[in-house]
Amino acid sequence: MNKWFKSGSPWIWMTGGAVSLSLIAVLGLLLLIAWRGLSYFWPAEVYEWQLRDSSGSESTLIGQLYDREQVPTARLESAGYEFNPYPGEFVTRYLVKTGNREFVGLDFRWVLGTDIVSESLPKDLAVFERTKNGNFYGYPVAVIEDGKRLPADNLRVMLKEHVQRAVDLNDDAMTLQKQDIGSINYELERLRLKERGYELDGELTDTRKTELELARQALNDEYKVLETELFALREAAGRDGVVVRDMRGQEVTLNLSQVLDVTYPNDMGLMTKVGHWFKSVGGFIIDDPREANTEGGVFPAIFGTVFMVMLMAVIVTPFGVIAAIYLHEYAKKGPVTKMIRIAVINLAGVPSIVYGVFGLGFFVYMLGGSLDQLFYPEALPAPTFGSPGVIWSALTLAILTLPVVIVSTEEGLSRIPSAVRQGSLALGATKAETLWRIVIPMASPAIMTGLILAVARAAGEVAPLMLVGVVKLAPTLPIDMNFPFVHLERKFMHLGFHIYDVGFQSPNVEAARPLVYATSFLLVTVIVALNLTAISVRNHLREKFRSLEH
Amino acid sequence: MEQSLPGAAHSILKAGHRTSRRAFTDKATAVGVTVGGIMVFVALLLIFFYLLYVVKPIFDSAEVEPVTEVSYQQTQSKALMVGSDEQNEILYRVADSGLVEFFRAVDGKSLGEFKPTLPAGVTVTSAAVATAAEQKYALGLSDGSVLLVKVDFGVTYPDNVRLITPRLRYPEGQQPMAVTKDGSEVRDLSFGYASDKMTFSYRDSNGNWAITRMSGEENMLTEEVEWVSEHETIPDTPRQVTQQLMTPDQRQLLLHSGNRIFVYDIRYLDEISLMQVIEVKEPNTSITNISLLAGASSVLVSFDDGRVAQYFQVASDKGRLYREIRDFNAGGQVAAIAPEFFRKSFVTITPEGELSLHYTTSERDLFDKTFDLKDTKIMGFSPRASALVVDAGEKLHLFRVENDHPEVSWSALWQKVWYEGYPEPQYVWQSTSGSDDFEAKLSLMPLVFGTMKAAFYAMLFAVPLAIAGAVYTAYFMSPKVRGFVKPTVEIMEALPTVILGFLAGLWLAPLVEENLPGMVLLLILLPLTILATAVIWQVLPAAIKLKLPEEFKELFLVPILCLVGWAAFEFSPVLELWLFDGDTRQYITNELGITFDQRNALVVGIAMGFAVIPTIFSIAEDAVFSVPRHLSNGSLALGATPWQTLTRVVLLTASPGIFSAVMMGLGRAVGETMIVLMATGNTPIMEWSVFEGMRTLAANIAVEMPESAIGSTHYRVLFLAAFVLFVFTFCFNTLAEVVRQRLRERYSSL
Repeated sequence: MNKWFKSGSPWIWMTGGAVSLSLIAVLGLLLLIAWRGLSYFWPAEVYEWQLRDSSGSESTLIGQLYDREQVPTARLESAGYEFNPYPGEFVTRYLVKTGNREFVGLDFRWVLGTDIVSESLPKDLAVFERTKNGNFYGYPVAVIEDGKRLPADNLRVMLKEHVQRAVDLNDDAMTLQKQDIGSINYELERLRLKERGYELDGELTDTRKTELELARQALNDEYKVLETELFALREAAGRDGVVVRDMRGQEVTLNLSQVLDVTYPNDMGLMTKVGHWFKSVGGFIIDDPREANTEGGVFPAIFGTVFMVMLMAVIVTPFGVIAAIYLHEYAKKGPVTKMIRIAVINLAGVPSIVYGVFGLGFFVYMLGGSLDQLFYPEALPAPTFGSPGVIWSALTLAILTLPVVIVSTEEGLSRIPSAVRQGSLALGATKAETLWRIVIPMASPAIMTGLILAVARAAGEVAPLMLVGVVKLAPTLPIDMNFPFVHLERKFMHLGFHIYDVGFQSPNVEAARPLVYATSFLLVTVIVALNLTAISVRNHLREKFRSLEH
Repeated sequence: MEQSLPGAAHSILKAGHRTSRRAFTDKATAVGVTVGGIMVFVALLLIFFYLLYVVKPIFDSAEVEPVTEVSYQQTQSKALMVGSDEQNEILYRVADSGLVEFFRAVDGKSLGEFKPTLPAGVTVTSAAVATAAEQKYALGLSDGSVLLVKVDFGVTYPDNVRLITPRLRYPEGQQPMAVTKDGSEVRDLSFGYASDKMTFSYRDSNGNWAITRMSGEENMLTEEVEWVSEHETIPDTPRQVTQQLMTPDQRQLLLHSGNRIFVYDIRYLDEISLMQVIEVKEPNTSITNISLLAGASSVLVSFDDGRVAQYFQVASDKGRLYREIRDFNAGGQVAAIAPEFFRKSFVTITPEGELSLHYTTSERDLFDKTFDLKDTKIMGFSPRASALVVDAGEKLHLFRVENDHPEVSWSALWQKVWYEGYPEPQYVWQSTSGSDDFEAKLSLMPLVFGTMKAAFYAMLFAVPLAIAGAVYTAYFMSPKVRGFVKPTVEIMEALPTVILGFLAGLWLAPLVEENLPGMVLLLILLPLTILATAVIWQVLPAAIKLKLPEEFKELFLVPILCLVGWAAFEFSPVLELWLFDGDTRQYITNELGITFDQRNALVVGIAMGFAVIPTIFSIAEDAVFSVPRHLSNGSLALGATPWQTLTRVVLLTASPGIFSAVMMGLGRAVGETMIVLMATGNTPIMEWSVFEGMRTLAANIAVEMPESAIGSTHYRVLFLAAFVLFVFTFCFNTLAEVVRQRLRERYSSL
């Protein structure tokens, strides 16, 4: 045994253990996010518990099981609980989501296992997903149409139809408000800026004044028509209601204009549940967030991330590729090249927050501020480009990801056999022609790899964006139907920041946590997929050139 | 022309034309690409210099330059105060007779004299000023009453042009208020004023120091304030008093007598007492003047040798007593001294005209220059401290003052600073607060300390795991498994840190808090388990070994370790019950007396260690893997065991590469933002405790940058923090890169 120790074999095992631990950590992390993120969409059963606490008072509790933990009995006893009979050293404690926020105050509640008398899964229990106050749990009793209670036969079908009607009307109202009325407001603002612009230039003549006034009048008239329409739609949507018996045994009327969906999770088969799961995932991706981002979807965040990252890719690619070509094809060995290489390494190593600070000071305040003074004096003192926005975020991240593109492109260039270049030059092509016709096409997969890696890096970066353009809730997307259609100065939402914001800044962290896991999973999936693509492109490339070399 | 040429010549000409165009394109491409390449370098330089450019003004010294001078009329009477309006457009001088003269700064034109109307037959017997920021003065009258006057400026915009009109206002009406008990004249007045309470100290008809306090109460019906007066005489007063000062909070009265300052507690009139007598310790110096610094917590004491000392109250076992904190050199005996309205700057001038500007907290001497000003009587800052008015030689001199960032100095950023109200010099980062007269405390030390602490714990966790893992992967692992393991660990590097931070803050932190005994258990059990597995593998009969896939030998540990981890957590509550009465956290706080934050350095260490592992792993693995095979083969052939070969040959050769890996990892840990932001409480404390949090440079920038105003001192200090980070990581990365390049050269020679 002693000899075995001396041979160092145990230490080899120790190093092996380190690898195993790293692997467990990586895979465990990915699994944890995947599990928590995906189970969020699974329709969980709604329980009905009969409770009796130590003082003997009984109550009913309806809700979804959220979490459970083992608590030492001693700790509970010291906190003032009494147990009779003694339940053992540990008591199970359940965290229950009770919903019905407007009636019970807190929509999460801890319940001791010892208090539970009975537990059931009634098939009639419904979950109402709502636009306000979170979920509602209860038994539907009747549908109210236009103030009249409808006969209760075939309740589920009737309820579904009425909910669908309200949802459709609400959708129409939302479209009207966001698109038509939104564009009128936008036009009005443009008119105001135009007037201010004339005023600043001293060209605000009376004819122009009347022209502007006429245009404004026309828009205001249009606005009034649309507004009436909007109110009509909203009123129509609020026509119906549903009577629900909640866990206190009281009948409560919910207005259907606030209800998004009604489900009966206890009455779902496996296939229905899978169907519902896919529907929820889809909704998560294409819906707007609700209730301070703690409910609903993440569409604006996805859109913002993708748009910003694409903008960044457009900026970073030419610079990165040119720099790599310089380093590999043109630069002579010398102090300048060495300095550039050190610059590249350092650009890759500088903390991202420093880029944020630089971006805020240089791009936003200095460049943006100057742009505002030159081109948008009429909007001042309200900044146009002089405040954080998507273009500045893209620029900042472009510098941040520049080294990624350079390193990857250079690697691709170094894999191209020099015989290929020499052949081209020998046939009389100039260096530029060789570059353009031979080298760059051959290196294009490597450039692609660099680009993908840069995009993956940018998509996950949050710290600099907090300074140069990201917000928790952007009222409008950077692209819309209003001229000039692409608004580079606007602030945007970002998946990574969404995680930070909802997880740490939201008023109801408990309720928001599953959503954060789901968002995390989405982001991780995108980034890991991008990286895997890049790796496979690179490996493919290596194989291809290896065959070329022989 | 072209038609006339023969075909061949034509084509040659055309070819020549094309060649020159091709040559031009070639040349242009070369130039373009070179410029593009150098742009990368320029980008780095740009970041460096831009950060410096923003930071630089905080270290600039102040500028004071004369603008204009104005002659005044009331040359025979002493000045009570001088100053200007906020825009430095109008200068004023208050004479001790109560008369105020206003002048336009541009052309020196008089804007009139204002004199408060006094009852018939009543004369001014004494006058006093409030603190600079209040711009108020009080006239003590011969009939025992006092009149309060405020110098005020009204701003109107007729025809969109700013017009400032000077005026006098009377906070408590134009009618003087009776102050002395017996109606005798008011002598040696000093006062403190608030809208519901006024205190006057003066010398009564018997020559004793007396205090009159007037408390206002609003009448419910008429909504008028009714004043109730109390009178009291101060016991134990010095006979000769040269100067008297009352703090604006009306709690203390300072009497300057000879070389001593008597401090009286006048908070409650029935309990007036002598709190402290400040005495000059140094022989041969005497006090020439005392005045209050902005905020009125500090007293500036001028001495005849040109020293100006700052005193403020420090808690001691005898109560809160004034102590000398620091001193400044005015260059000669102080003829006049003036504090700023809101910041802790003050200006002094000698009879010869040497003007010097100081900032107390940062101990900076901002400006020192001799002007042609003889015999200065009084000075006053403008409200925004952008101008200084000096009354010398029967003229008012206006100086432009540029003093944007006096509160920061190199020593204040990196050394302990004694702030007002603190018991001792400390490192404090406290940039904002709710109250107005708050002084920002901008010491970078707590942040740098936090950065170091976070990086230290992260490296403690990451370095052993990453290097051991890299060594094994590069040296012992079969190529097949390596082909899977390496990219898997490396993909971690791409994982957004916001996700790691979120998991650390919301999942790991509660988990660690709940299962502290389990965590400790895990730390002990994991190595033991690995050793046990090794022993079992060693003694396993060869027959079974053969059946197991040798290639995946190392992966057997994965399920075993998972099992142990799970067991440790399952066992944790039981252990907790056993050893710590079921609540480890309570035990740590109550029994051991250690502060425990849920989001602490342990959590950060694990989470950030996690983020750093792939960086170190990847570079170290490359370094070990690229050690030439013939070296290790030679060693093995000479009879060394694989472990001996590893430690004596391979690791030695690869050590520069491993060092550069650690440097890269450190660089990343130092600059990481999101994990620290989310996994700690972000409190700027200086404790190494693993159970407490920290605030790092990076997280601090992320938290405070969005709310700091452009160009403010706070904004520039945050840029400085970014610059420090930049320099930190620049050093680490450059070092790592240089070492790596050396290594590469050495390998190529091997």
